[in-house]
Amino acid sequence: MTQPLDINAVSAHYGTTKVLEDLSLSVQAGELVSLLGASGCGKTTTLRLIAGFLSPTSGSITLGGRDLTRLPTHKRDIGLVFQNYALFPHLTVLENVAFGLKQRGIAPAERRKRALAMLERVGLAALADRAPGALSGGQKQRVALARALVIEPPLLMFDEPLSNLDAKLRVDMRVEIRQLQRANGTTSVYVTHDQEEAFSISDRVAIMNAGRLMQFDRPEVLYRRPANTFVARFVGFENIIPFKVTAREGDRVTAETAGMALRLPQSAYGTIPDTFLLATRPDGLVVSTDPAAEGLPATLGLRTYLGRAYQYQCETPAGHLIANGSLTAPLESGTAVKLVPAPEQCTILAAEGAR
Amino acid sequence: MSDRPHPILIGVAALVYFFLMVPLVIVVGAALSDTTYLTFPPQGLSLRWFENIFAISAFRRTIVTSLQIAFLGTLIALLIGIPAAYALNRFRVELPRWLGTLFVLPILVPEIVFGFALLKSLTVGAGVPVFVALLIGHTLLVLPYVVRVISASLASFDFSIEEAAISLGSAPVKTFFTIVLPNVRAGVIAAFILAFITSLNDVSVSLFLTGPGISTLPIQILAHVEQFFDPTVASVSVLLMFLTVAVMAVVERTLGLTFLAK
Ligand SMILES: Nc1ncnc2c1ncn2[C@@H]1O[C@H](COP(=O)(O)OP(=O)(O)O)[C@@H](O)[C@H]1O
Ligand SMILES: [Mg+2]
Repeated sequence: MTQPLDINAVSAHYGTTKVLEDLSLSVQAGELVSLLGASGCGKTTTLRLIAGFLSPTSGSITLGGRDLTRLPTHKRDIGLVFQNYALFPHLTVLENVAFGLKQRGIAPAERRKRALAMLERVGLAALADRAPGALSGGQKQRVALARALVIEPPLLMFDEPLSNLDAKLRVDMRVEIRQLQRANGTTSVYVTHDQEEAFSISDRVAIMNAGRLMQFDRPEVLYRRPANTFVARFVGFENIIPFKVTAREGDRVTAETAGMALRLPQSAYGTIPDTFLLATRPDGLVVSTDPAAEGLPATLGLRTYLGRAYQYQCETPAGHLIANGSLTAPLESGTAVKLVPAPEQCTILAAEGAR
Repeated sequence: MSDRPHPILIGVAALVYFFLMVPLVIVVGAALSDTTYLTFPPQGLSLRWFENIFAISAFRRTIVTSLQIAFLGTLIALLIGIPAAYALNRFRVELPRWLGTLFVLPILVPEIVFGFALLKSLTVGAGVPVFVALLIGHTLLVLPYVVRVISASLASFDFSIEEAAISLGSAPVKTFFTIVLPNVRAGVIAAFILAFITSLNDVSVSLFLTGPGISTLPIQILAHVEQFFDPTVASVSVLLMFLTVAVMAVVERTLGLTFLAK
């Protein structure tokens, strides 16, 4: 029952405003893919296109090889879970869950049985005869989940399903969603603006910006090897420093930024192009008081306490950088230090034109 | 804040109720009077003025006409107004803002002018039969109320509920009846009652549109008081109130229950 979803070069407009540009995305059967990006980047629009509430201006969408593009929503067989739950207020919890089965012409006794079984799975069988209005936010979202799952759709889509819940419940619920999705093996598209949420439950994550796909990969890859500066900044590579290679001798590559030279071991970084960007998280710059250390000279500014480390705002000829220093030896503002890149915490990005 | 309302609040509420009830009490009292002229408090008790309503054929006919017009007019206004209100709210972002205003505009036109304009265009201009002209006039009269009241109800309706139903396999038109309408039930009932009463009590529009042989109850009451000063008008008023309450009760029950039973 599980099917792959293919979005092929889809563009979408609201009126004359282009909101999605040439978006292509393939979700394998049984996979959970998250669309991640800031508010307004086109995540909901993408879901609405797949669901059929909106038509693409170009491109096509197929589910299990079946072309959805011209199919009306009610024939697409897609389970939807909304941020605001969207339960039917005039129906009981059980009737809500049985609604999709009723549309499929399933006999009352059978749909009652199946709806109850699904409510059992989300732990709400005891509330079957309640009105949705009498439920808590978490319970409402479980009902919505049961309602979408019970029709056994080949595709399940979530639009920020946990945004209205409090922090603790959000974490519990995302685990629950993932477990149900895994158990059913339902191909799923999950929209969120919360990076931790996306990374924790997804097989792959599509990072979007201004209607375009920036990178689509496993969370581990996105986290360690962002493909461009946008994704790098998004996943917390706060320092992005432009370099030019001035000399290569064996494994040693000498590169320069703002008049400062740095020698980098090529084997630790992978291929280093002639012009590149060195991207690191604050953890990837080691604060060293040794004047002979192989690093960028910097003057420490404001120090903040992170619990696991001290964080320093640093002024360097290459601009403002952020580095984390050890807890054992806090340094004062104004101290002259060297910032030494830790290769395993850094990544090399191709220099980008006028981005 | 204490749980008990403030004494001044209770006083004001009591006063409001008093002023609302007094005219009703006076009219009911006068209708029951045994005298041949309008008086309050009633002198003697009698139902003869109620009997008199039915003895006068013009009253019998106009009661029926008024009920027919009010019922049909309200029904047509709902048939036009519900989809209009739905479209105005569903596509609020896409539609120009003045479109919503268009439906409330008739409320701003003095009813006398409205009635006269209809007379000129429908009866005189197009030669439309009196009953049909009345029906059109009343439909247009109540349509703005219907659109307003149902729009207010739809404004708090979350349209993602409709989308959820469609995604679960319910066709859009079916979804409108099984999901949208039941959730604006209160608005539909309120619109029905408001429109029905507005139509039943209308004088200004009907005044121009009634014609030979066809009149409405309020117009007949006017005609009657021009010639007689007996308590019949009071008893007709009581009857009108009774009809209104009856209609409200029936609408509450039927619309309320059929929607609840899906
Ligand atoms: N109905 C609409 N009409 C016009 N513009 C819209 C409409 N819905 C969304 N947009 C615009 O399209 C862009 C993408 O919106 P959306 O897909 O909802 O973003 P996201 O879900 O990622 O926050 C936004 O700039 C938004 O303002
Ligand atoms: Mg959104």
